[in-house]
Amino acid sequence: MQTRTNSEWLNDLRGPDQDQAIEDLRKVLKRGLIYSLSSRIKTDLETQVDDFVQDAILRILDKLDTFRGESRFTTWAQKVAVRVAFTELRRQRWKDISLEDLMPEDSGDFTPLVLADPSPNPEKRATQTIMTEMIETMLKEDLTERQRTAMLAIMKGGMPLEEVARRMDTNRNALYKLLHDARKQMRESLLEKGLTPGEVIEAFEI
Amino acid sequence: MKLSSEDIQKMMEAVKMTREHELDCGHCYDEIDQFVEMELSGKNAAEVMPLVQQHLDLCGACREEYQALLDTLKAFID
Repeated sequence: MQTRTNSEWLNDLRGPDQDQAIEDLRKVLKRGLIYSLSSRIKTDLETQVDDFVQDAILRILDKLDTFRGESRFTTWAQKVAVRVAFTELRRQRWKDISLEDLMPEDSGDFTPLVLADPSPNPEKRATQTIMTEMIETMLKEDLTERQRTAMLAIMKGGMPLEEVARRMDTNRNALYKLLHDARKQMRESLLEKGLTPGEVIEAFEI
Repeated sequence: MKLSSEDIQKMMEAVKMTREHELDCGHCYDEIDQFVEMELSGKNAAEVMPLVQQHLDLCGACREEYQALLDTLKAFID
């Protein structure tokens, strides 16, 4: 396969040699995705990768004008392919799980889970109980419902950002901004109580 | 609500890392190819592009994609 400079890639993908350039790009992207996804996809790896590469190539051709030349063209293209593949894999992995499934049940019982944690020191355990109640109250009273839902889905439920965004009818950027505001609010609320996040973390260290 | 010690520690780590100005996922994505190449060339990308590093520390989805891109380029460096 011929090696190309960035401008050669751009010219070939836009010009009469487009078919050959697309085939060469397909080989580069396929090799990369097979390598990075082999531990994640157990069946039909090649078929799935072929689909991801096809989608990635369409997106790359559509976005050629946005390539700023700050990296090698193939690095930029591989980045697009990784995004396409991971977006789809996350969608498949989380497709049957709703946000409600990830929300902790509100039983009205304020007995925190830390009580079940083995801690030899009753004083430390008492501090942990107070801090847990404080954080739970903070989540309920100082954050908006959307902030609280996103925070719990990601931090407790482990759902990826874009999957939470999809379920909340927003996008990845807007959700990141919402979470950023939530984290700032929590930092502010802690400060009002004379605490830093570091002090809370320390209280839970074994 | 039932939060475990682990949930609280995770949440507090994220609050601790919070800065007034942060990159969102889109801006991180725009910069990540440059960031990865810088790392591969032996430069301290985190020092040159601290906002990208900070976003990667906070965003699991972007970190996963960054790691996959880095591993792939390392494997096929030419």
